[in-house]
Amino acid sequence: MPGLTGKDQVLTAYAEKLEKLDPPKGRSLTQDAMRRLVRNKAAVVSIAVIVLIVLLAFIGPYFVPWGYSQVDWSNIRKPPNFEAGHYFGTDQNGRDMLARVLQGTQMSLIVAFVATVVSVSIGVVYGAVAGYFGGRVDAIMMRIVDVMYALPYILFVIILMVMFGRNPVLLFVGIGAIEWLTMARIVRGQTLSIKEKEFVEAARASGASSWKIIFRHIVPNLTGPVVIYATLTIPEIIIAESFLSYLGLGVQEPQTSLGTLISAGAPVAEVLPWMLLAPAVVLITLLLCLTYIGDGLRDALDPKDR
Amino acid sequence: MLSYAFRRVLSAIPIALIAVTICFFILRLAPGGPFDGERALPPTVLANLRAHYNLDQPLISQYFIYVGRLLQGDLGPSMVIDGFNVSDLIRIGFPFTLTMAMFAFVIATAIGILAGMVAAVNQNKWPDYVLVLAVMLGVVVPNFLMAALLQLWFGVYLRWVPAGGWVTGSLWHLILPVTVLAWPHAARISRLMRGSMIEVLGSNYVRTAKAKGLGQRLIMARHAIKPALLPVVSYLGPGLSYLLTGSLAVEQIFGLPGIGKYFVQAALNRDYGIVLGTTILYMFIILALNLIVDLIYAWLDPKVRYR
Repeated sequence: MPGLTGKDQVLTAYAEKLEKLDPPKGRSLTQDAMRRLVRNKAAVVSIAVIVLIVLLAFIGPYFVPWGYSQVDWSNIRKPPNFEAGHYFGTDQNGRDMLARVLQGTQMSLIVAFVATVVSVSIGVVYGAVAGYFGGRVDAIMMRIVDVMYALPYILFVIILMVMFGRNPVLLFVGIGAIEWLTMARIVRGQTLSIKEKEFVEAARASGASSWKIIFRHIVPNLTGPVVIYATLTIPEIIIAESFLSYLGLGVQEPQTSLGTLISAGAPVAEVLPWMLLAPAVVLITLLLCLTYIGDGLRDALDPKDR
Repeated sequence: MLSYAFRRVLSAIPIALIAVTICFFILRLAPGGPFDGERALPPTVLANLRAHYNLDQPLISQYFIYVGRLLQGDLGPSMVIDGFNVSDLIRIGFPFTLTMAMFAFVIATAIGILAGMVAAVNQNKWPDYVLVLAVMLGVVVPNFLMAALLQLWFGVYLRWVPAGGWVTGSLWHLILPVTVLAWPHAARISRLMRGSMIEVLGSNYVRTAKAKGLGQRLIMARHAIKPALLPVVSYLGPGLSYLLTGSLAVEQIFGLPGIGKYFVQAALNRDYGIVLGTTILYMFIILALNLIVDLIYAWLDPKVRYR
């Protein structure tokens, strides 16, 4: 007889209560990572600063009273002067430093972005192919990476730049073509473990070709380490670009980059300190923020490392 | 151990050869040559010059001539400065570059290891925070910018040290360049040391040592330092090669008489001989350093030897 002990009523009430509640929420790994990233104050502040710098570099020039190559004959070698609209002062040619710093930041950011894309593409494809095919292919491909590692990196960049002229496009490609080695090693290591997973075996069993397995099944699973490493590559590329420009091998006048500005400012820093300090502050801020974001992403996506 | 060392030396030889080959062909296949001056040379002079440096022969036989000379220890002549060859350049510039790099290396390694240990023992207290900031600046600020800022502050405003230039034998002139070189290196080492020391201090055998009543100093000296040094040791080789190549830039900035000054000039003049010779020299140094580090590593960590 139902309801005699009151057990059924209790259970029905409980079942109804469960129905009304929201279903239990699971959190995906990405959501978990986002929560950890948001909790990292340094990374959040850095992201905000980077967004600000990017906006200023690309939109700012339209609001600055002077152009980056425009000469103000009445204000040559002048410290910051708000009345004339030279907020960061002027250089020896009477060009507005604020406009030049903005243009230089823009150039450095473009170089960094293009070179990172180049290096990530080469590194991911190379590493995934070496790791997936394994055996002799892997041995030969990784020995080539070892050899490239043995070549002194900065000498190599200088050689490339001198040999292929001062073309900015080649500058991007050349820097990117050298920075892919570490990426290839990381990707290969990850591929070695991913290719043993069941879903790769399933894809192989259903007749997918090797290339399809690599690009459809393995590469998407590499996103985490690739994003982390790419974020850490950007500051390295900015440093490499600014070093080349510093040596006079990079971006050419009247165009400028942060490195070119620093190299122009360093010799005259004694008398015109604003010419060194303005680009230096922007460069250091940019590099610090990018490094904090990279570290933050690594901690967020790879919790076992903490 | 001995057979491991032998195997490692053998495996370095093909890598060195292939790297020489890559350098040679990249340089030769690039457009432009050492004799494209502003003023065109008469054809007969040009032909004689090309014959003198074997540039008139097919690329492949040039390559074999070069490798043949290299095996006899001849790094080749300069193609721009007459009667000057790479070994002269090395004799003039390398002692200085090496001295400065070793100076920076020893100081930075010692400071880095000590600082890393102090930070690990005082984790999340003020020495740790100070160190983290110094490390971040060292890793992030590129050496030419650090050089410019230090020159401006200590050389020009405070006038504590000379801002640049070189007087033979003057340690005073080396203070700023060595600081610029050493800071990033010390930063990386202390970061590695801090991380591995924290891990070692949390391990079971350190707890056992603490449980049997050993003092902090004795635990550090006897149980913790050797395993914590492993990642640092594996960084020393790449670190020293960074210092050697980094000193090229630092020499250029401070006007010091090392290899760097000549190398950049040679690259701008398309002096194949000097560029190729210097690159190969650095490559050999890097390979040798990696080899030495691997051997030290095998000595510290017996597991490596039997792989």
